Amino acid sequence: MKPTHQFQAEQIVAGYDNKTVIQGVDLVIPSNKISVIIGSNGCGKSTLLKTLARLIKPTSGKITLDGKPIGKIPPKQLARVVGLLPQSPIVPEGISVADLVGRGRFPHQTLFNGWSKKDFEAVAEAMRIMDITEFANHNIDELSGGQRQRVWIAMALAQQTDILFLDEPTTYLDITYQVEILDLLTDLNRKHGTTIVMVLHDINLSARYADHIFALYKGKLVAEGEPSKVITSTMVKDIFGLDCTVIKDPISNSPLVVPKGRYHVNHPPADGH
Amino acid sequence: MSSSSALENKQLSPTPKNFTTVMVICVVLLGVCVIASLVFGSRLVRFNELIDGLFHPEIDTYGANIVRKRISRTVFSLLCGAALGVSGALMQSVTRNPIADPSILGVNTGAALFVVSGIAFLNISTANQYIWLALAGAAITAVFVFGIGSMGRGGATPVKLVLAGAATSAAISSLVSAILIPRAYVMDQFRFWQVGSVGTGSWSAIATFAPFLIAGILIAFITAPALNAMALGDEVATGLGVRTGVLRFIAALAGVILCGAATALAGPIGFVGLLSTHVMRLILGADLRFVIPMSAISGAIILTISDVTGRLIGSPGELEVGVVTAFIGAPLLIFLAMRSKVRSL
Amino acid sequence: MRNDSIELIISGRRQRRRRWILVTAALAAIACMLCCAMLLLGNTIYPVKDVIRALSGEQIKGVSFAVNTIRLPRMLAGLFAGFAFGIAGYTFQTMLRNPLANPNVIGITSGSSAAAVFCITVLHTSNTVVSIASVIAGLATVIIMYLLSRGRSFSIGRLILIGIGMQAMLDAVISYLLLVSAQQDIPTALRWLGGSLNGSQMRELPPLVITVFIFAPIIILLGKHLSLLELGEQSATSLGVSTDKTRIALILSSVCMIALATSTTGPIAFVSFLSGPIAKRLTGAGFSNAIPAGLVGVNLVLAGDLIGQFAFEVRFPVGIITGLLGAPYLIFLLIRMNRRGEL
Repeated sequence: MKPTHQFQAEQIVAGYDNKTVIQGVDLVIPSNKISVIIGSNGCGKSTLLKTLARLIKPTSGKITLDGKPIGKIPPKQLARVVGLLPQSPIVPEGISVADLVGRGRFPHQTLFNGWSKKDFEAVAEAMRIMDITEFANHNIDELSGGQRQRVWIAMALAQQTDILFLDEPTTYLDITYQVEILDLLTDLNRKHGTTIVMVLHDINLSARYADHIFALYKGKLVAEGEPSKVITSTMVKDIFGLDCTVIKDPISNSPLVVPKGRYHVNHPPADGH
Repeated sequence: MSSSSALENKQLSPTPKNFTTVMVICVVLLGVCVIASLVFGSRLVRFNELIDGLFHPEIDTYGANIVRKRISRTVFSLLCGAALGVSGALMQSVTRNPIADPSILGVNTGAALFVVSGIAFLNISTANQYIWLALAGAAITAVFVFGIGSMGRGGATPVKLVLAGAATSAAISSLVSAILIPRAYVMDQFRFWQVGSVGTGSWSAIATFAPFLIAGILIAFITAPALNAMALGDEVATGLGVRTGVLRFIAALAGVILCGAATALAGPIGFVGLLSTHVMRLILGADLRFVIPMSAISGAIILTISDVTGRLIGSPGELEVGVVTAFIGAPLLIFLAMRSKVRSL
Repeated sequence: MRNDSIELIISGRRQRRRRWILVTAALAAIACMLCCAMLLLGNTIYPVKDVIRALSGEQIKGVSFAVNTIRLPRMLAGLFAGFAFGIAGYTFQTMLRNPLANPNVIGITSGSSAAAVFCITVLHTSNTVVSIASVIAGLATVIIMYLLSRGRSFSIGRLILIGIGMQAMLDAVISYLLLVSAQQDIPTALRWLGGSLNGSQMRELPPLVITVFIFAPIIILLGKHLSLLELGEQSATSLGVSTDKTRIALILSSVCMIALATSTTGPIAFVSFLSGPIAKRLTGAGFSNAIPAGLVGVNLVLAGDLIGQFAFEVRFPVGIITGLLGAPYLIFLLIRMNRRGEL
């Protein structure tokens, strides 16, 4: 099981190109649990994730891992503990799947080219978890979109970090793959204790898979906690501007958001059309 | 071009408010340029010599003669500049691309290849022969570059066109060098022409060049309203009665004729079209009925000023005008590239 | 089951590794043969024994001069410049994730050339100053281009456009300098505009050789870092690469090598552009291809020079040959990239 870490953000303010997106967020990432960041488009979910994963330097505030500011930890050492799967990964042409997954071993390797026994084992394990072992020696160009996403996640898994950040890992995938990948990530968490922090755009999947929810609105953290406590119709209205009813998901008992639009509602809307 | 589209044009874009001001300023600048071009050079001409040279053909002083020699050069650079300016406007309109300029699209190098081949293999030597070969080279290269640049999604975006132009240019340059190396006699002549010079302007050259210039500019004026419609999009234009395929071809042909002829006689001079059209667009808006004539005038101004600058900087020799225009124009290209939203490669 | 999958991966990787080693060895062997050919072939073909004796210092009439003063410097210049161009081109193309973004296109070679031409024809400085000036010019070009292309968001397309603009300016400067300077002779012009090994001299070589020996290993050692940069800024940072520092080291090394190579032989057309893609096609994409790219560069330059010297009745400088080879490939690449929607 992976060790416990204290990953904490204090009063971080961050953004791009003179635009401030995150306005003073305090949070503690629950160790060895699955956390999901939700919010409407443009509220800063991705920015927050990237700042936590030290891709963006905050303009003010502190982010610490086990008490040490992450900016002061040597990059390779940090990369052995914290990993990120970006939203739109860039695929180099002509590389074989195993080699690409193997690039995730960089933080554990030395300057010279060879792979150690541990490297091979890590790659094999990652590919086994993501069920892409059969493609090991295939060219990445031959794979479909869904398969390629699995290769990318395998690369993040091969890194064998204790904490894994994922930026919308399911956005471009079919619903089947979405569920499959979220199940695989849950495996990772339950069996190995990996701390997972994801940005998901689907609020219902977030409610089902998350142990802990962070709700962002306009760059501020407005709610956090267990899904059953955080995801209420008031919160959804506040954050997404959507009228809804929240019921219990019949399969998982987690909150299920049922949106209310203008049509197909049991009671006619107020203006009596 | 149906009368409805002419009406549409008038309704869509009335005369720009600042047109008269701009026109006046340009004409004044033109006058200044002409005088500068006559006065400056390896030998500064005095006012009375200027008057003598222009108006008193019987006075035979050294100064007056210099002025007379410079007249043809001045006229030549005005005409070349106008041609390049209009060519740039046409090409930018046809390719819907603010960075289109004959030199960037490699059309110059294509013209050069044909001219050099002609000199080396066909033993041509007169200006007339140059022109036809240069035109052919310019046309074929334009088609080729545009063809490559339009492939794939998005059509002929600025990046793709410029890359296609640069690649083609590089490719052709190697060919040109390969032809020139064994033939030293061609080399010298070619290298001088290569940097772009209007110093060769003589009356016979002007006479050869004039028909092409007139033809090109006429076509440009005539097609301007239809080109305006096409700028709104192919579907919109077809809806307004414009035959986009034919129009593109004719406008491109005019652009190539103007550029090819100018290149044939003065060598490859780059960036004039880019500069003049862009500036006029900024000032006057996108209506080609005004941009085209003003591009002609501003092109003439730019080229003449560059020529004068070249004479002043390079004194006692002279700095070829193509170098000066590259020096002013390339930064503009860079500036445009910086400002535009370029999709990530 | 688990062992099977590991076996699959191990054997696959071993196979790819083997291919890489074989190709690299073959490239090195070809390079050696070309080097020998450079020494043996010429207007007069001397027997191998004599050539070896001349190289080891014996004074043999005719042979010593031809071999030591003409052919040897030529071969060494081609060898080191080719390696430098190849490895530097590969580095830029991998870092910027685009085969079109290489020193030939984005004006870096033009910057170094312009500085070198300026020093030689206008200032008449010593070789050391020429080398230093071309390095500074190359670096300045990179810095200026980087600053200009930053804009709202860095985009490689913008970088390329700006690079082409800068190249246009710098080429104009070079043409001007050549026309105006006393050195209007054709060989000089050809060297600076297209690249040539003609007239290489032993005393010009040390700066280039030293630079390659210092900076090429840096790039080779950073091979893994470069491969990660290829995955994009986010992935590279997450994997522990200090992207800014790595990029600076890589760019500095590449520009220094290019600048020195350019100031010795002129900008040999397309070698920077072709070496990386050719190497990748031969060895596959899984490993750092710095060494193969360098070797491809060597082979292109030496083979190009030999072809230029002996294949036709007229001698062509190496730049023309590589230009004629590279241009069609460049156009083919453009067409392919357009078709695939990569532009």
